[in-house]
Amino acid sequence: MPLTAEQITRAVQLSIDKLIAKPGALLPILHDIQDTLGYIPPSAVPQIATALNQSNAEIHGVISFYHQFRTHPVGKHNVEICRAEACQAMGSRSLEAHAKRALGVDYHQTTTDGAIYLEPVYCLGNCACSPSVRIGDRVHARVTPERFDALMDELRTEKLEVLNG
Amino acid sequence: MVKVYVPQDSTAKALGADAVAAAIQIFAATRGVELELVRNGSRGIFWLEPLVEIETANGRVAYGPVMPEQIDALLSDGLLDANHASPLYLGMTDEIPYLKRQQRFTFARAGLADPVSLDAYKALGGYLGLEKALTLSGQAIVDEVKTSGLRGRGGAAFPTGIKWQTVHDARASENSTKYIVCNADEGDSGTFADRLAMEADPYQLIEGMTIAGLAVGAEQGYIYLRSEYPDAHRILNAAISCAEQAGYLGENICDSGHTFNLEVRLGAKAYICGEETSLLESLEGKRGMVRAKPPLPAIVGLFGQPTIVNNVLTLAAVPFILAQGAQAYADVGFGRSRGTLAFQLAGNVKRGGLVEVAFGMSLKELLEDFGAGTFTGRPMRAVQVGGPLGAYLPESQWDTPLDYESFAAQQAVLGHGGVVVFDDSVDMSEQARFSMEFCAAESCGKCTPCRIGSTRGVEVIDRIRANQNRDANLELLQDLCETMVDGSLCAMGGMTPFPVMSAVRYFGEDFVKQTQEKSEEVSA
Repeated sequence: MPLTAEQITRAVQLSIDKLIAKPGALLPILHDIQDTLGYIPPSAVPQIATALNQSNAEIHGVISFYHQFRTHPVGKHNVEICRAEACQAMGSRSLEAHAKRALGVDYHQTTTDGAIYLEPVYCLGNCACSPSVRIGDRVHARVTPERFDALMDELRTEKLEVLNG
Repeated sequence: MVKVYVPQDSTAKALGADAVAAAIQIFAATRGVELELVRNGSRGIFWLEPLVEIETANGRVAYGPVMPEQIDALLSDGLLDANHASPLYLGMTDEIPYLKRQQRFTFARAGLADPVSLDAYKALGGYLGLEKALTLSGQAIVDEVKTSGLRGRGGAAFPTGIKWQTVHDARASENSTKYIVCNADEGDSGTFADRLAMEADPYQLIEGMTIAGLAVGAEQGYIYLRSEYPDAHRILNAAISCAEQAGYLGENICDSGHTFNLEVRLGAKAYICGEETSLLESLEGKRGMVRAKPPLPAIVGLFGQPTIVNNVLTLAAVPFILAQGAQAYADVGFGRSRGTLAFQLAGNVKRGGLVEVAFGMSLKELLEDFGAGTFTGRPMRAVQVGGPLGAYLPESQWDTPLDYESFAAQQAVLGHGGVVVFDDSVDMSEQARFSMEFCAAESCGKCTPCRIGSTRGVEVIDRIRANQNRDANLELLQDLCETMVDGSLCAMGGMTPFPVMSAVRYFGEDFVKQTQEKSEEVSA
């Protein structure tokens, strides 16, 4: 059940009202919107711009600068594979290739069942036990291709339970 | 009553610490054992995580690595009775050689207690530095930091006391304040010392920032934390809230009349925001574009006001310096590199983890005595020190002493102390290509050599790897790297050539490798 335009506008306004008093409020506002809606809808740009007395271009410029912010809905679970050197030294290149093949997506894409959104990340600070994968707010260490498949299965099983329940 | 410790550190959790903790709780509940389970921070011995500790009459004993699939058997074997016969038994925690051979100043408390417990922090010597600072003038605090010889731990190694003096002497505009900004955007691959410091001992950082505030007369602090560290975020926020309630933050801290407020701000996956001026732009709600210096942030920093921007470990070193005296800190070290540096052994290494030692140990000692070789068991071939902008060192350079000046003499950097090990399966031309690719992805775009040069760098390296006009392209790569070094405002464009050129210089054979068909294609 996607939200109506009105519900989205209200959610964005709530984030703005909650955080606008902070100095340099834009990043906290953008984080809050993405945490709430899963992405930053294009309609939020003029809304934020008006509130902060900035131009649409300035707001758009900030959203597009940071890898974290996205402007379209994505899959239910955010799966990030570390691409940085410590993980490369432990085989992350083949893990990346395996993950893309197994999920049938490239980076910044959602699987056809809508369950998994795949993203690259540059370092999760888990470099003593590489390669690392982050799912939601949880980091997983020493992830082999087999372990990756098991983790993806867990995510999808969880989803089925929710659907059946 | 049995007291058991299972870390809540994110690497420990990534290896299954939560499942281990849950199994221990269930076991104790079903057997009617009275249990106190402490979710402590990690000691940074990551190759032994999850490290489970049991409190005994003689001190804490350790077991590790305790994988979730092993915990039930371990419990049945008498883990809670501190059974010495278990193959995972490591003896007294403090006697583990990896830990015992370190010189822990900044990480002395890491792993000892629940990181959010303010009582535990104070029981372990916490807030003694602030107590001392409250008896001193701002100038006297700055003088202590100068005497300690502390240099910025973020990578640039600028003398901290001089930076503080500049902010101390500068004036904020009317109705405004100076700022203390903690750079917790630890983006370098192979580094996790900041994360460990924040997750295992958050009050130490909070105390250090408060002392910095007193030293220069700043009333607001920000910790700019990368969003890749959700556990650190949670722990810092919990600690800040406890410190506020206890009167260590906010108005009139410790009845001194001084105000210091602290807030954590999240980054949004942009490596460049670890550069201090880009970080300030981001905090102000803008694109993380690098600013030209001067003016220095110490004079015109956050919201145009005088600002201290220091790395986590720099600020975290300050309570020790105030509490134990500047001389105690200056007494260890090597040459102009005083105190300790937290090295982080990472990548393809058998015993990865945090190693805090005085400057001056050789890289080889660190790799062999602590790292114990590669994880895969294959020969070690290349070591990247100092993050993605640091040089790749071949074996011939592993005798280099670990201090700022010795590394600079080798056209290498210690940076933030990250050490990433590669075995002999590495293709160094692929690593060089990645350095350029990473720069292209993460450049803020302000300087042309960095923005365009990095993309061209990828293309040139691709041509070299395909053996197209190899010699001319190698020359072009050299020229491009020189332009990037000379023509970029910050270290992103200015230092990306370090790993690239070190790969070409010391691992040149990887740039001639090509398949027979490929070279035939080219010549045909």
